[in-house]
Amino acid sequence: MKKYTEEHEWITLEEGVATVGISAHAAHELGDITFIELPEVDTNVKQGDSIGTIESVKAASDIYSPVGGRISAVNTDIEDSPEIVNDSPEEKGWLCKLDGVNEDEMQALMTDAEYEEFITGR
Amino acid sequence: MTNQTLALDAWHQAAGARMVPFAGWSMPVQYTSILAEHRHTRTIASIFDCSHMGQFRCRGAGIAVELDRLLPRRATDQRPGTCRYNFLLADDGTVIDDIIVYRIADDEFYIVVNAGTVAADAAHIAAGLSGAATFVDESADTAKFDVQGPASTELMRAAGIGAVDGLRYFNFAPVEISGAACLLSRTGYTGERGFEIYVPTGAAAAVWELLAAIPQVQPAGLGARDTLRLEMGYPLYGHELDRDSTPLDAGFGGLIDPDHEFVGREALLERRRKHLTAVRFESRRTARQGSEVADAGGQVIGTVTSGAFSPSLECAIALAYVSRAELPPGTPVIARTGRAEVPGEIVALPFYGAGTARDK
Repeated sequence: MKKYTEEHEWITLEEGVATVGISAHAAHELGDITFIELPEVDTNVKQGDSIGTIESVKAASDIYSPVGGRISAVNTDIEDSPEIVNDSPEEKGWLCKLDGVNEDEMQALMTDAEYEEFITGR
Repeated sequence: MTNQTLALDAWHQAAGARMVPFAGWSMPVQYTSILAEHRHTRTIASIFDCSHMGQFRCRGAGIAVELDRLLPRRATDQRPGTCRYNFLLADDGTVIDDIIVYRIADDEFYIVVNAGTVAADAAHIAAGLSGAATFVDESADTAKFDVQGPASTELMRAAGIGAVDGLRYFNFAPVEISGAACLLSRTGYTGERGFEIYVPTGAAAAVWELLAAIPQVQPAGLGARDTLRLEMGYPLYGHELDRDSTPLDAGFGGLIDPDHEFVGREALLERRRKHLTAVRFESRRTARQGSEVADAGGQVIGTVTSGAFSPSLECAIALAYVSRAELPPGTPVIARTGRAEVPGEIVALPFYGAGTARDK
């Protein structure tokens, strides 16, 4: 299952572990990503909490947790090479993993078809 | 208010440019990637459409003497065929605009100004000239293309523009390109060897298409232009220079000729109120315009005027105005971005020392 948020994050859930990143649309809109601040592993977060910062050449923006849970891993590869997020936003450029996620919150997020409509329809 | 469109607007859009509003114009900010365009300019050569900028022509038998009264760097001792970086100052010594003055002939000057200040500059200059001088705003009839990069001379020569040879830094010459009478100067805003080309608007498409078709020359947008100029420490009007700063504040005191009368002289020379300072940060996290700068003890000493990730240095850099004089390189500082405190240190300019702009 893969879902999207209005803040342009994606989230997948596999065997109780969620993986979070930013959408290809968001990565394209940001342009060259130059800096990413990731959350601390073991942090408990609520849905909508700021879990990091993403900077492009022109601007900085927050990353919000799509669901509540516990940060169980972060993608340290992208700290030194943030361009990975531009090159592969929805695969190699994942940001963090969560366990103990609130699956009801996840169910309520947008499907890929709904997200497509969200970004093209406004 | 709708933005003005460039003569090459359709070309830029067809090339995939992302267009953004800037100084009343719709401008290409990037074509593929700001970082890639920056690196291409540092290593080979790029072409920038800077047709938003303004151009004035001033003529008259006494024009040099008249311009002397408007300019903190003299016009009277400027040789024909040379360009000078200069300023238009208000009575209070603050900067109406930073400009490049071209001396075409003993009795003729060409003045290149920022896009956002064309109207204010024209009013200021016209009001300062006598009835004997003529002043023409040629901005609407002029396109301006910058070819910038270490290979720019050889690439333009190979494309048949032989006038690039022998043109020294901050010199210019008339040149014919695609049958149009253009002006070619060995100047730029990137720190690399390069040229600015002033083209009659009617020939803009033909000249751009000729230059952009040169093998290895890639189009670059305002995004790369900004990171390139910042790595050199060049000021940008509205950031380092404005109606709250003087050329002395920005570190250009050495360029001023204090021994002649000019608008703003007394207020300018009275005192230096702040000091433009370069900060290199430890990480990639960027402090941007408006971020506070504090000393190691946490006391606020200034404000960031421009900040960006430096593609060449692979860390964040910034220019900032600070209240303390002459903080030596190595002095630790902190910038407060609102999201984080970013540690860095004062460094000497330029941030990027390998620019080819002045190479023979």
